[in-house]
Amino acid sequence: MNAPESTKTFKLVGTRPVRPDGIDKVTGRAIYGPDFVASGMLHGAILRSPHAHARIVGIDTSKAASLPGVKAVITGADFPEQKIGEVAGGEVSSSLTDVARNCMAHGKVLYVGHAVAAVAATSLEVAQAALALIVVEYDVLPHVITIAEALAADAPLLHEGMITKGLDGATKPSNLSAGFTLARGDAAAAMVDAEVVVSSRFTTSLVHQGYLEPHACVATWNADGQAQMWCSSQGHYEMRGFTAGILQMPVSDLRVYPLEIGGGFGGKTTVYLEPVTMLLSKQSGRPVRLAMNRQEVFTATNPAAASHIDITLGARADGTFVAMQMEFWNQSGAFAGNTIYSSAATAMGAYRVADAHVQGWDVVTNTPKCGSYRAPGAPPIAMALEGAIDELALKLGMDAIDLRIKNAVRPGDPGPMGIPHGKIGYVECLEAAKAHPHWTAPLGPNQGRGVAGAFWGNYGGPSTASVALGADGTVMVTTGSPDIGGSRASMAIMAAETLGVAYDTVRVAIADTGSLGYSMLTGGSRVTFATGKAVIGACRKVIDTLLERATVLLGAEPGTVTWADGVAHGPNGASLSIGAIAGKFHQFSGPVSAEESVNPADFLPGFAVHICDTEIDPETGHVSVTRYTAIQDVGTAIHPDYVEGQMQGGAAQGIGWALNEAYVFDAQGRMDNSGFLDYRMPVCSDLPMIDTVMIEVPNPGHPYGVKGVGEPPIVPPLGAVANAVSNAIGVRMRDLPLSPERIWSALMAKP
Amino acid sequence: MSIAVSTKVNGDPCEFLCQTSDSLLDALRDKLNLTGSKEGCGSGDCGACTVMLDGKMVCSCLVLAAEAEGKTITTIEGVADGSELHPVQRHFLELGALQCGFCTPGFIVAAKALLDVNPDPTESEIRFWLAGNLCRCTGYDKIVRAVSAAAAEMRQARSAA
Repeated sequence: MNAPESTKTFKLVGTRPVRPDGIDKVTGRAIYGPDFVASGMLHGAILRSPHAHARIVGIDTSKAASLPGVKAVITGADFPEQKIGEVAGGEVSSSLTDVARNCMAHGKVLYVGHAVAAVAATSLEVAQAALALIVVEYDVLPHVITIAEALAADAPLLHEGMITKGLDGATKPSNLSAGFTLARGDAAAAMVDAEVVVSSRFTTSLVHQGYLEPHACVATWNADGQAQMWCSSQGHYEMRGFTAGILQMPVSDLRVYPLEIGGGFGGKTTVYLEPVTMLLSKQSGRPVRLAMNRQEVFTATNPAAASHIDITLGARADGTFVAMQMEFWNQSGAFAGNTIYSSAATAMGAYRVADAHVQGWDVVTNTPKCGSYRAPGAPPIAMALEGAIDELALKLGMDAIDLRIKNAVRPGDPGPMGIPHGKIGYVECLEAAKAHPHWTAPLGPNQGRGVAGAFWGNYGGPSTASVALGADGTVMVTTGSPDIGGSRASMAIMAAETLGVAYDTVRVAIADTGSLGYSMLTGGSRVTFATGKAVIGACRKVIDTLLERATVLLGAEPGTVTWADGVAHGPNGASLSIGAIAGKFHQFSGPVSAEESVNPADFLPGFAVHICDTEIDPETGHVSVTRYTAIQDVGTAIHPDYVEGQMQGGAAQGIGWALNEAYVFDAQGRMDNSGFLDYRMPVCSDLPMIDTVMIEVPNPGHPYGVKGVGEPPIVPPLGAVANAVSNAIGVRMRDLPLSPERIWSALMAKP
Repeated sequence: MSIAVSTKVNGDPCEFLCQTSDSLLDALRDKLNLTGSKEGCGSGDCGACTVMLDGKMVCSCLVLAAEAEGKTITTIEGVADGSELHPVQRHFLELGALQCGFCTPGFIVAAKALLDVNPDPTESEIRFWLAGNLCRCTGYDKIVRAVSAAAAEMRQARSAA
């Protein structure tokens, strides 16, 4: 089951060497976003709105500006007027106007924590003292925090001119920013013929990515127009694009240096501090640092949308799905969101349903702008779908995995957009789950087991890489992809495998934006796939050059020299090592190097199945996860440690989402739990070991069979945990988080 | 008002000036340029700033810099013996127990502190000792394995000695 289908044998792919950046990261030497210091640097601070919704009548910064030590004060009025336009950013496009206004309010504040002014001063203490001297006059407006409040007939509007996109005939402004329909066949008609039907509403809350490193940025903007920024992000080319776009400067004038990134999960794909830091630097003529504290991270970055999902699923008596109808509402926070498309695709990706109708709605509220979080938009939808399937299995008296296998998509079945699935491995994952000892292990009192599957589309996208050889034949790989979880190691493995050299003769650097062409951000589970293809392509060009030169050096006929194991083999047993050729570059047209730019579309979706055991304390309603198994079609695991790590980390995040995590707001719209004590992410003692089973169904579109692995593992756990808890207490639980209070109430309400 | 503080950091005498409101973490990072200790929360909830203060494990964000007067501090920068990694550091690398690496310094300082007092911890003891350190990337599985493997190696080395 775990063996690659390919008969190719690899020397390095599938091994577990130490990552090249390892020692720096276990000794404290690696430089992350908040660690960078520039000579003569000022310290910035941001004044944030205390109101969930208010018109800014006036801002008086004069007292702050005259405080000794203050070198710059800016407000939304200092931002250039934005031309309305969509820009490519992250996994989806964004409105530059919205991104700019989220960095700093102009006219109105839309949530508690929305930036209204910023100061740069000789010390953080002076900057904070200056904030207290800024006088903002607000005209406080009524606010909406929940989806229901935002959709009420008399709800106050966040954006007065917002007409629902994608809704024919919409003319009246509302908080419904967009609609999206994905359909095949005639779901309503087919539902009539279903012999068994389940119909339910599922809900999830706003949650945060919870990366440990708060955002930080240092910027210098020189008088000649050239600027530099040092920040950690999932994509420094996106930081450049957004910042240069908002500040209307030439892209080449802004050079962004990537620092090590302390987690992102989708939360570091857009700008918050960067344009503000730049403007403070421009006004002061000095380098400036802005850094967030944890409360700012919770209240002023982009959490993941809350969702309401209504699903009706119909099947024949033998369990064959015949129709699905789904309508869902994603809460996108202060500005229009972009998760409804991937949410809808998630609903249609994993199972054969001939007639399906999925309708998604995007809703704005007076909460922080929502954005990408690992498989954006997918986990809540999968929870609803996998919950409905469990309800159906119960009605049909069928095994939960058997019902899924019966309906799972196979290669050739239509994908969400109707395009046939390629070499996918969902059935293999489900078969592995059924065969796993976990599925049949006995359960104790108050325990329940749940299973859930998942589809996630993954992505390809543009990447650039260069490969250069030293005169000794050692290898320098350069990419534009921030290493968020060990990708330097996977790049080194793929380069060494392609060139036929030893792993530790390959070193991997991550270029700043001035040193290498564009690479899309580290997201969409794309880096090992797409940037890997660029690295492999550049290595192949290097081999071509080495073979040409070896042919000359050996005096051989063209076409008679071949490459194997890092050595050029000519006729009559003659050979030259990589170093022997690379070192002779003075005799040729120059040093050996190559660059490759790619934009591959032959990525394949990821599928996963998780099995979860929970134990309920009937006295308190507290849930413990007692056993957990994550199974995933990973294509080919280049470095299995970091593939397993993605599976385990995604499972843990999903368990937190299911059990503990949620934004809690008070009546004024202030977040009540903006710290790690009250926003309770799983800690070490909350979790069991997380068993992993890697199913390798190689992707024919990648030289080593890679499929994206980072996002799929957060898609199943919400459903797996909810199904396990429901089975433990005998009551169907459909609302996250599964807090002790909710479970205790469900137990008390049991007949 | 600035206060002069004399301490010993990672074995060397060390003096710095701080404000009364500075935390020990501020002093380590901003005055002594020891940026291996990280600020993930500033409220003692994440453990990324974990250091040893006179042999006691503390969140350096919850200690005032002035309190370090006359005390001995060990940070992540002092865990390795020169270029020789501590077994906990080595097993973190060999078992892939870090992804982004931001929480790693705090985990390593905390794990070393555990093994200094308990050379043979159970899985449960490891999990509860490290419950004050948040990691959002790994799901803790490989961290627990790395600490356990380091403990086993250190026990073996001790019994061989």
